[in-house]
Amino acid sequence: MALKIVKGSIDRMFDKNLQDLVRGIRNHKEDEAKYISTCIDEIKQELKQDNIAVKSNAVCKLTYLQMLGYDVSWAAFNIVEVMSSSKFTYKRIGYLAASQCFHESTDVIMLTTNQIRKDLSSPNQYDTGVALTGLSCFVTPDLARDLANDIMTLMSHTKPYIRKKAVLIMYKVFLKYPESLRPAFPRMKEKLEDPDPGVQSAAVNVICELARRNPKNYLSLAPLFFKLMTSSTNNWVLIKIIKLFGALTPLEPLVGTAGSYCLSSVSVLISLSSGMPNHSASIQALCIVSRPLSVLSLFVVKYLGLLAMSKILKTHPKSVQSHKDLILQCLDDKDESIRLRALDLLYGMVSKKNLMEIVKKLMLHVDKAEGTTYRDELLTKIIDICSQSNYQYITNFEWYISILVELTRLEGTRHGHLIASQMLDVAIRVKAIRAFAVAQMATLLDNAHLLTGNTQHSGICEVLYAAAWICGEFSEHLEDPMATLEAMLRPKVATLPGHIQAVYVQNAAKLFSTVLCGQEGAPADSKVAQETSQLLIDRLPVFVQSDNLEVQERASCILQLVKYIQKLQQKDVEVAEEVTALFAGELNPVAPKAQKKVPVPEGLDLDAWINEPPSGSESEDEGRKTKGKAVFAREESRHTKPRYTEVDEKELAKRREVRKAEQANNPFYIKASPSSQKVYQEAVGVEHIPVVQIDLSVPLKVPGMPMSDQYVKLEEERRQKNKADRKKDKKKRREKGRQRRGDSGPESEEDITPAHMVDIVTEEMPENALPINSSLTSRCITDVCDIQGNLHDGSQVVVSVIFENKCDSFIKSMEFNVMDSLNSKLQRPEGAGPHDSLTVPFHLPPGISSEARFIFSVQSIVMPQKLKGTLTFIVKDSSTHEKLDFKLHFTCTSYLITTPCYSVLCPDLNLRLNCFDAYAKLLESGDLKGSSLKLEGINQPFHHLLARICFHHHFSVVERIDSCASMYSRSIQGHHVCLLVKTADQTVSIDAKCDEPGLLRNVLDEIKLTFSQC
Amino acid sequence: MQFMLLFSRQGKLRLQKWYVPLSDKERKKISRDLVQTILARKPKMCSFLEWRDLKIVYKRYASLYFCCAVEDQDNELITLEIIHRYVELLDKYFGSVCELDIIFNFEKAYFILDEFLLGGEAQETSKKNVLKAIEQADLLQECTFPV
Repeated sequence: MALKIVKGSIDRMFDKNLQDLVRGIRNHKEDEAKYISTCIDEIKQELKQDNIAVKSNAVCKLTYLQMLGYDVSWAAFNIVEVMSSSKFTYKRIGYLAASQCFHESTDVIMLTTNQIRKDLSSPNQYDTGVALTGLSCFVTPDLARDLANDIMTLMSHTKPYIRKKAVLIMYKVFLKYPESLRPAFPRMKEKLEDPDPGVQSAAVNVICELARRNPKNYLSLAPLFFKLMTSSTNNWVLIKIIKLFGALTPLEPLVGTAGSYCLSSVSVLISLSSGMPNHSASIQALCIVSRPLSVLSLFVVKYLGLLAMSKILKTHPKSVQSHKDLILQCLDDKDESIRLRALDLLYGMVSKKNLMEIVKKLMLHVDKAEGTTYRDELLTKIIDICSQSNYQYITNFEWYISILVELTRLEGTRHGHLIASQMLDVAIRVKAIRAFAVAQMATLLDNAHLLTGNTQHSGICEVLYAAAWICGEFSEHLEDPMATLEAMLRPKVATLPGHIQAVYVQNAAKLFSTVLCGQEGAPADSKVAQETSQLLIDRLPVFVQSDNLEVQERASCILQLVKYIQKLQQKDVEVAEEVTALFAGELNPVAPKAQKKVPVPEGLDLDAWINEPPSGSESEDEGRKTKGKAVFAREESRHTKPRYTEVDEKELAKRREVRKAEQANNPFYIKASPSSQKVYQEAVGVEHIPVVQIDLSVPLKVPGMPMSDQYVKLEEERRQKNKADRKKDKKKRREKGRQRRGDSGPESEEDITPAHMVDIVTEEMPENALPINSSLTSRCITDVCDIQGNLHDGSQVVVSVIFENKCDSFIKSMEFNVMDSLNSKLQRPEGAGPHDSLTVPFHLPPGISSEARFIFSVQSIVMPQKLKGTLTFIVKDSSTHEKLDFKLHFTCTSYLITTPCYSVLCPDLNLRLNCFDAYAKLLESGDLKGSSLKLEGINQPFHHLLARICFHHHFSVVERIDSCASMYSRSIQGHHVCLLVKTADQTVSIDAKCDEPGLLRNVLDEIKLTFSQC
Repeated sequence: MQFMLLFSRQGKLRLQKWYVPLSDKERKKISRDLVQTILARKPKMCSFLEWRDLKIVYKRYASLYFCCAVEDQDNELITLEIIHRYVELLDKYFGSVCELDIIFNFEKAYFILDEFLLGGEAQETSKKNVLKAIEQADLLQECTFPV
């Protein structure tokens, strides 16, 4: 035995150790790969020996080679062997190698479970420590599950050295095996008050990271952390705690005040400002940060300062705007990180006044910039800045067009399409600019060769797409259409991408019509017109031969047309008018949601089947049958046709049922999106299916699913109702459950009247907002109210008012005021008196509408309310104050929030059943008081009726069975309201239950009102 | 912290520690990318860059770059502080550390790092405690040496 040991150590003397290996690699710089491959061979030999010392030496060398990028996964088992050595020296090497080389897909990891468990319970704290360290790097879900208990015991080890490691590794365990969090949490909390500062800081670390993922659960720990913060002297811990508070502040504003407690170092400040954007401490932070920003010009601080500013910008734009010059300076910085940050900031800082200046500065940078990525970034930023909120800040569009044209001169940019879409957008929406735009575009077309010089690697030729289109569409503004036409038909055009050529061809035709128009006014000059036709006939064949189908199609079509026109011209027929008629009518921008506003013609049911769809299984059968008798196929088809038409209702229903049953039993059948009826079917069984009316997709108000037909129908009904309403108080209100948005309007600034007005296509116009042409109101304003509950706060209601300027003058200084009642109060900013009015944060140019939101706090939601209010404003020309009185009607319905039964939509049957259970339990609980209502003479279909209740009164359908449905809604203060709606022969009875009888009575009254008005 | 890399001015990797499980291929790609980007930056630039969805914090000490990747919400300055603390620890342990110390004793450098950071979080902020733990573990190693 002794001999063996001696022999082993003698062997070892000849082995390379790690130092030798490193030295060797350094000495073999030229043939490193070869040297290493011999080394690996040696290592393989060494690994085969029994001597653990040799093995661990080999593993150590492998770890080094792994770092150099060599694959050592083949030695994973040897690493495990070394890990399981009883000697600390080797164990340490083994765990190190494992932590470096193992990852989740390493299969030997499962072999290590027992070894690690043994090491964890080792009497030697360093054995345990090394195992914990290693585990932290390669913990897998399996390991986490198996070892969670062992580690949890270690959390109360006597040695702080182990405790602290155990606490930290628990974080990794939680991530891999979340189930362990609940049992371990109390102990983790205990560790926050551990006598050892190391353990304490480890626990703070872990809880802070956990809280970042789900802050809500950790709110209760805030006092404890506050105590830690005031008592701890460890800066590392302080920073972590502040980060934690940062995560908690959005949920609990009180925590924020704690933050101002320790403004000690710059780093704390940064975490402050990034964590608590809604607190005044951040302003202080800004001031302090911006001082070194300007004085020290230290690059690190500079970066952080900019970062902090961008966070503050969101909440306090004013305080950042004053540092504009400083930020513009940062654009000159050498460092790209800093420049990009500064660019971000600029976006939020522009105003009408400084836009041109900022963009000019940016343009300078574009010229200077090196590296296409940064230049592209600049380009997109310029366009972003200019086009933000519907070109709000642009006062002179001629300037903007020239900027866009200048941008096209950039070489190698990828954003040609972006510039192009901007050009198109501006030219279409700003009518006054068209003449100028067309002139610019004509020049662009003329100089197209400058842009197309490097077609292959630049997207800039996209701009020509816009240029050609604008020149064609607005050709009446062209000074010399003939020249432009010639430019568009140059042979070089054929090298452009296909879609651009297509636009060229189409717009050449438009130009042609303009030329004809211009010439035929002076009949003597018909020669020019004929020349133009000849030009087209000469040049178009190039496009007819294009390899792009669309170009081909358009070119050949237009070529034939021109040939025909030429024929007519030769007979001296006046053709100009007819040719122009081809392109008559104006093209308008269309908002993405515009489709919803188109009314569905009466009698058209979009959901109804035009032809009953043949069932899948049937057609399959049919297919098989015909295949089998392929010889008689023709005959067969002649037979089947009449048979189909003869199928009667009864048989259809029967077949459908068979199909349903088949589908229900077929696991591979992908079910259609579940509707409420479907839910019922599956819950009860297949036999009881009523034949489904397919046209019913209405009763469930599914968030995110467009139900345009429903809106349209309701819209019509409401329109009628509104007419009646308006007669009463010239106002209309509209209820709808939408989420509240932050209402920080743009800072109003001095009036700079825009040179051109933009047609604003509101994309986010609420689907059912109805602008009213209120000629009755004194002057020019109409408003549409939208009263809705605030989900987050039981006592808040948000009212959206749309102001629309119907007169021809500019309206400004609008102030909104409401007389508070005991129950409802308008929320005014701090420091304002109870009768002060609120300034509406925008001005209204003629014909423009805009939306403002006001928050009301409401004490009791049981009663409906009417609040009187006034709106004062100044019409620019007369500069006198005008006044408009209005009433706000808070119905009880507006306190209800549509609370869809989410699980109804859930594919999991169990969840759906649970949902019904919960609903049934609620009804049975006896907490709810009942009330009922009978409506007579209702002759609309049941699903329309349900839809109306859903829509007007914020209910959602829980379940519907034939002519009976149960519905549910919740008030902002958490009252449950349940309805059972039944219908029979034009009579609808509604049984309702609610835990607040007053509220229920009023809601029912309102439902009654809704139906009595139609 | 997601990972820590040490590399020389020539772009040679000297140390790597991954706190997220990634395959070897991904690791290699990431370190190659980062080494290139960081080496291209001039000395008078700030120590932070945004890379993919991570924040990279790096600092150069003599010919060695220390580079850490942290998540978006993490504080850059504290990461810089961690780097510095680690350098201080190496310095104390090796006695004015140089690149060669780390090359030839790379396992020791790992051991120090493991005592200082665990699972990507700072585990011990006291320099004294870290060094004490390392010394005692080394002592244990000497005792159990077989010869």
